[in-house]
Amino acid sequence: MKALRDTQHMTVRHLMALWRQPWWIAVTLVQPVIWLLLFGALFGTVTEIPGFGSDDYTQFLAPGVVVMTAFFGSAWVGMPVIEDLDRGVLDRFLVSPVRRSSLISGRLVQGALTIVIQSLIIIVLALIVGATFDNSIAGVAVLILVSILIGSAFGSLSIALALLARQEQTVIAVISFLQLPLTFMSVTFMQKDLMPEWMQTVSDYNPLNWAVEAGRAAVSADPDWGWIAGRAGLLLAFLLLCGFLAMRAFRTYQRSV
Amino acid sequence: MTAIEASGLTKTYPPDVQALDGISFTTQEGTVFGLLGPNGAGKSTTVKVLTTLAHPDGGTATVAGHSVLDAPAKVRDSIGVVSQKGGLDREATGRENLRLQGQVFGMGGRKLAQRIDELLVQFHLDDAGDRLVRGYSGGMARRLDVALALVHRPKVLFLDEPTTGLDPEVRAEMWDEIGRLTSDGLTVLLTTHYLEEADRLASQLAIVDRGRVVVEGSPDELKRELKGDAVHVELDRETDEATVRAALEPIAAINELLLNGRSVHARADDGARTVPGVLAALEGASIDVAAVTVARPSLDDVYLRYAGRTFSQAESQSTTEQEGGR
Repeated sequence: MKALRDTQHMTVRHLMALWRQPWWIAVTLVQPVIWLLLFGALFGTVTEIPGFGSDDYTQFLAPGVVVMTAFFGSAWVGMPVIEDLDRGVLDRFLVSPVRRSSLISGRLVQGALTIVIQSLIIIVLALIVGATFDNSIAGVAVLILVSILIGSAFGSLSIALALLARQEQTVIAVISFLQLPLTFMSVTFMQKDLMPEWMQTVSDYNPLNWAVEAGRAAVSADPDWGWIAGRAGLLLAFLLLCGFLAMRAFRTYQRSV
Repeated sequence: MTAIEASGLTKTYPPDVQALDGISFTTQEGTVFGLLGPNGAGKSTTVKVLTTLAHPDGGTATVAGHSVLDAPAKVRDSIGVVSQKGGLDREATGRENLRLQGQVFGMGGRKLAQRIDELLVQFHLDDAGDRLVRGYSGGMARRLDVALALVHRPKVLFLDEPTTGLDPEVRAEMWDEIGRLTSDGLTVLLTTHYLEEADRLASQLAIVDRGRVVVEGSPDELKRELKGDAVHVELDRETDEATVRAALEPIAAINELLLNGRSVHARADDGARTVPGVLAALEGASIDVAAVTVARPSLDDVYLRYAGRTFSQAESQSTTEQEGGR
């Protein structure tokens, strides 16, 4: 109970900070809009490749961009942790009865709410440019759910990284290094069958790919809900592992104080 | 009643910075206990251990009756902490900072709202409470730091270098504020490297040097022990210690003699009357003198006597061996 209440209080703190900088959400939307509109238009003809299987690239791309935006955005969740560290805010909480886990979960919940808002904006935008989302509310809900799962997992990793590196430059470097390769080794932009074989193998172990595959399936016609649930289960397991790592990073930080 | 008891605390930061070297002291409930020492003496590390933030390598400690090693959660419930860095959320208002701090301690509703109003008034922040902390002056932010630490009415308050970095004027205001805190039974542990601050605020003092307590007592007791005035002679150039000693030791009025490079620190019952004899003796030994001062005993002299170096020397030496943490 205390953990839940603390999470709620911490979430309110982070939401207030976000509320005071609403342009931040707008900034994080610039990229997905570019991917969806420019990239979508530029590579529209890839659907003509034999075996692509879909005839509208924007339609194919839209759920991928939703998941990718959640993934890109969550990678920065750890950055304000470094500011808390430098300003002594973290130490202040560590000598209070606050549950350690709420220092992580509060940020994740705020991140999840941000993902919901961003996803809805992207979906509306995709609808305007002609994409369709099957399975109505349920499909979109599952798409957003897997986005939250992947976002929270990488958000936890980002927090762990921030606590260990304690330097913004390091966190930025590691995240930038990982973001695009993980994205390219997923079905975000390309059908799996058309990827080189080794990339197909890698993508099987890429959590981002699990999320894109599940999210895209959820908004296509005749989804295999059982398979989607399996992917969501994998993502949940990955999230728990990342959350555990973040808790460990807290302990490592405290040992060094 | 004992409020804090530290016993033989040791802590080494990798690779081999010995921050605490068996520090021990005891503080009584309802008093301001001062830990005085130069930067790098181990004061902040002591606070980190006593507030359960850091784990000691050895030794034991109890705070408000609870062991910091065995019952850290109980310790956290009973303490308020103002760390050197502060710890304010700059992107929130003063009131929001106070509210979150109260909520973390399980407070809420009308009671918390009342407590926040009370603290904002007590610390002269009632007009600034709804402004973002980012716009606060150094003094305002420091007062909010203290208010935050008091929201849940802790039994023991830790103030780690509460006035470092503040203007002298603001510092004096802060001292008045801190002086009032013990009136309702609160125990305060204050760390400082300002001699004047310790002298003014602490009823009991432990002087800390290189991770150990070198002497303990009330400021007045410590100064009384020094027996006499401080006569400080600055020599023109560095001189062989034996030569200086040979010249000065025969002077009967001198109780104590300490040499440190070009500085000669002597203690004499009546400083002013001793000076002519000292100068004559030095001249007789062909030692040139650059300056002479006579002063009533101060905590600086206490420090010099027990740590073997002056406070300012210790401060400048420690800039290279910074105290633990980050």
